[in-house]
Amino acid sequence: MSTALFDAPGHRARARHDVYSVVAVLAVAGVLGFVVYRLWVTGQFDGDVWTWLSYPRVRHDLLAALLATLSAFGLGAVLALTFGAIFAAGRLSDHRPVRAVATFVVELFRAIPLLILIFFFYYGLPAADIRVSPFTAVVAGLTLYNGSVLAEVFRAGILALPRGQGEAAFALGLRKTQVTRFVLLPQALRAMLPAVVSQLVVLLKDTALGFLITYNELLYYAKYLGAQPVLDRPLIPVTIVVAAMYIALNLLLSMLATYLERRNRRSRRTVVRPAVVDME
Amino acid sequence: MGVLTSNSGIFLQGFIITLELFGLAAAGSLLLGTLLGVLRVSPVPVCRAIGTTYVGVFRNTPLTLVFFFFVFAYPLLDIVSISYFTAAVIALTVYTAAFVCEVVRAGINTVPAGQAEACRALGMSFGQLVTSVVLPQAVRAVVPPLVSTMIALLKNTTVAAGFSVAEAGAIRSVLSERGENQLVVLAWVALGFVIVVLLLTLLQRALERRWAVAR
Repeated sequence: MSTALFDAPGHRARARHDVYSVVAVLAVAGVLGFVVYRLWVTGQFDGDVWTWLSYPRVRHDLLAALLATLSAFGLGAVLALTFGAIFAAGRLSDHRPVRAVATFVVELFRAIPLLILIFFFYYGLPAADIRVSPFTAVVAGLTLYNGSVLAEVFRAGILALPRGQGEAAFALGLRKTQVTRFVLLPQALRAMLPAVVSQLVVLLKDTALGFLITYNELLYYAKYLGAQPVLDRPLIPVTIVVAAMYIALNLLLSMLATYLERRNRRSRRTVVRPAVVDME
Repeated sequence: MGVLTSNSGIFLQGFIITLELFGLAAAGSLLLGTLLGVLRVSPVPVCRAIGTTYVGVFRNTPLTLVFFFFVFAYPLLDIVSISYFTAAVIALTVYTAAFVCEVVRAGINTVPAGQAEACRALGMSFGQLVTSVVLPQAVRAVVPPLVSTMIALLKNTTVAAGFSVAEAGAIRSVLSERGENQLVVLAWVALGFVIVVLLLTLLQRALERRWAVAR
């Protein structure tokens, strides 16, 4: 850990650290204070730019926008996980053509910016007489991009297992699919869960790109709401609320990742002990 | 091919602005990210908390929202007016710095504890220890993930297209006004990005091979 970088501070070092702490706190307080001051001066804390929160209609629409974000996330996550599993299997295949195709697809979609993919579906396809809704375009983009990244995560998870695991399973006479299903996958899934969840955080954040193709999600609604003259154009208050919503959602997902990681570490340690119990 | 050759100026201009955005934001985020990374391993708890909070906030905020803030909300604060391009550079820098910070911190943790202990035995201060012993070694371990972060940054520059910066992501909207086939236009833009990403990947491999340390 980072503690190896410094000794436990003595009294002089502690005094010095106290000075640094005060300086750091003052610097941060200065920056934040300036921002808050500007917010205050420009009237962002006035009651009337916050009244929008009290309208039931606005609350309802805000919730609907949140649901739109979450539904793009939900469907995108399921499809991306499926896409990732299929193409990871393809990249690990014993057949060279399958491997080549899977590698090409995964590397291609990882190299193209997600926004360009979404544009491709939303603005590009109509040129071929296929019209899709913003929702479909966002989900399709999220699936291809995050699915490709997840394929790499899955593949890395399988490859990171000790070689002996697969070899021992083959030696016991299991077939290829059995080795993968009963020996490799259960172990790999556990190890790669944190990485998968953090990719899902990326996916959730990327739903905000829907804003750029008029998908009526959280950020798009924020822009709409922030421009309403009736509500005194509360753009900054709305932005603050929406930012808090995104951060809370992602923190929840991140906490899930940390929780899973901790649980895995614990279960691996306990694996040794039940073995003794089983022998009785 | 016709789409590309008859509009080569627009394509070139778009990708040049993309690369400008990328270069400025890369330099900025490397500086800010390294600074934050050092804060996160500093002996002063307050500094560590600052680094952790920064990373926690920006890693969990969509880049589009960061752009949204600097383009739509920031001007309302009436501080210093900035151009769309500057706003894009700031948004990309602030966002990417959180990821660079994490990479740097991970890199610092790969340097064996003995290195820092030896420095302290020699009487070096924390500043000396970090700048002349730990960071130079961490850089080597950090190169592959750092280049990956930079590749992500390059791809993220396209978001600026949605906020009035005429970079590669905006080529589509310019050419759609000229009535070009957007499917073809976007395919060429995608190919452009694939090429630049490929070049960065090659750089990554070259640096990795050159700086690989046997431990």
